[in-house]
Amino acid sequence: MEKITFASQLFQYLITGLTVGSIYAMVAIGFNIIYNVTEIINFAQGEFVMLGGLIMVFLHVAAGLPLLAAFPLTMILVTLAGMLLERLAIRPIRQPSVLKLIVATIAASFIIKGIAMFIWGKDPFDLPAFSGRNPIHLMGAIIQPQYFWVGGFLIVIVILLTFFFEKTIIGKAMSACAENPDAASLVGINVKQMILLSFSLSAAIGAVAGITVTPISLMEYDRGAMLAIKGFGAVILGGLGSFPGAILGGLILGTIESFGAGLIHSGYKDAFALIVLLAVLFIKPSGLLGSVEVSKFKRF
Amino acid sequence: MLRVGKLPITFFALFIIVFPWIARVIPGIGHYPDLMIFAGIYCLMTMGLSLLMGYAGQISLGQAAFYGIGAYVSGILTATYGLNPWLCMIIGMVVAAIVAIMVGVPSLKLSGHYLAMATLAFGIIVFIIFNEEVEWTGGPDGMSGIPGLSVFGFNFDTTEKYYYLVWFFVYAAFIFTINVIQSRSGRALRAIHASEAASNAMGIDVSRFKIMVFVYSAILGSLAGSLYAHHLNFINPTTFDLFFSIKLLIMIALGGMHDIWGAIIGAFLITFLSFEWLHFFEEFEVIVYGIILLLVTVFLPHGLAGIPHIVKGWLRR
Repeated sequence: MEKITFASQLFQYLITGLTVGSIYAMVAIGFNIIYNVTEIINFAQGEFVMLGGLIMVFLHVAAGLPLLAAFPLTMILVTLAGMLLERLAIRPIRQPSVLKLIVATIAASFIIKGIAMFIWGKDPFDLPAFSGRNPIHLMGAIIQPQYFWVGGFLIVIVILLTFFFEKTIIGKAMSACAENPDAASLVGINVKQMILLSFSLSAAIGAVAGITVTPISLMEYDRGAMLAIKGFGAVILGGLGSFPGAILGGLILGTIESFGAGLIHSGYKDAFALIVLLAVLFIKPSGLLGSVEVSKFKRF
Repeated sequence: MLRVGKLPITFFALFIIVFPWIARVIPGIGHYPDLMIFAGIYCLMTMGLSLLMGYAGQISLGQAAFYGIGAYVSGILTATYGLNPWLCMIIGMVVAAIVAIMVGVPSLKLSGHYLAMATLAFGIIVFIIFNEEVEWTGGPDGMSGIPGLSVFGFNFDTTEKYYYLVWFFVYAAFIFTINVIQSRSGRALRAIHASEAASNAMGIDVSRFKIMVFVYSAILGSLAGSLYAHHLNFINPTTFDLFFSIKLLIMIALGGMHDIWGAIIGAFLITFLSFEWLHFFEEFEVIVYGIILLLVTVFLPHGLAGIPHIVKGWLRR
């Protein structure tokens, strides 16, 4: 047994923080995909994570499907939920404003949360870790194998999204909508379909976040709101609309939380990250990697 | 809408005055005055929020913090230190105003989603403080022993007495708010909502007005919190959580935030929905809230207070 030194303790906090931060980053990326196309902050983003976790529990644990089948099936189901959300809550709104859209997505998140409570009840559910729960000892820190899965999936998502937005025609069309929806529709891009696609894509990413985090921290029906707030915080911290910003923001937020809880006061865990967030906003209102020029072209 | 008709205001006042007698006569609604106390407390909050969001166009998702500041200042100073409740109420409002200036000056420079996040973060931080500063606030278990209110030996100890006390404050705040809306300041706020750049060019001190409205909403929130604390004699942090800030947002969205009446209609409806009419759904009321909210956002963009306009539009056709 290695001795637990202060340095190894710090290392432990860093690892935990980066893992939680990876989840926040995934939520934040989901926020940005929708924001870039529609300028909507989707407060129901956290519910996708919750649905991802709980549907996976149902398919993998209750229905007994193998991991490799349950994973994509969960993603498909959550993606459908994302499409429904866009069709039922976002598209019908006429003359959208920031406030109306915030209210609509909050309303949608209430409905999703209520339905989840109806189906799964209030108890938290566990999911078997993908590659067992034998912890790895590294430099005095204890690392769950699942941590690597979380980090790994974040990297995979980033690579796939980069490829999607840079190399595929649909991805480029989506980026065009983000730049200027009117001009995009003039060159023949179906903006409405792109909006639907953005909701599907970010729902799918939310599902991945939910599936990978459930073996670490369990999942219950009302986890969505806090995840959405943290993800939103990560987005704002990094700068609205910036993908590198979302990843950086998520990882910073997770790390601050972990260090704050470990070194200062665990009850104030949620407050530390938010205080840092406020400080950044007050000093640099466009976030760490956000640009003032870009935000001037946005309606909201 | 800048003009607020005098006739509805008078009718509303009369209704509030006679309501306890009506409630005594009609069977089944005997406990409604008690609910109306809460409706009045929520009205105080929604009026300030309506001025801030509907008239000035600024988003706040942390309004519950001021509610909590009022309640805890009153609670701690009366229950722990035995100060005069009315004095504590005023101290609460001063504290809320100072906090609102400290948070508002940097926050209100932000706009849109950034402002939403800043106020959201502020609300959560204050909520966490209520939970964690156990020595002061009693932590998650809350604090009890908050005395009731009295004036020169007259105790507001029954539901009806407290009802009139609360509605006295609500009505005073209502008249004051209407005066603000109909004054130069009200027109300035509408101008800020329409375009900050244009208002600046017209010589309106935009940031000062925004902060003033924010402080006003904070003071009303604090007053509401104090009244709540002295009514229930017990407070705990969950009353002042994020969900309450969202609920206030729901109230003014439902009632219609471009109209001061919207704030009152929304506060009434949500009070009665959550305490009375949605009991049947128990914990699934959250789904009903969601559906109501979604339907209103899609079909009634100006809330329930906008219905007369829609009807007028039909008649004119």
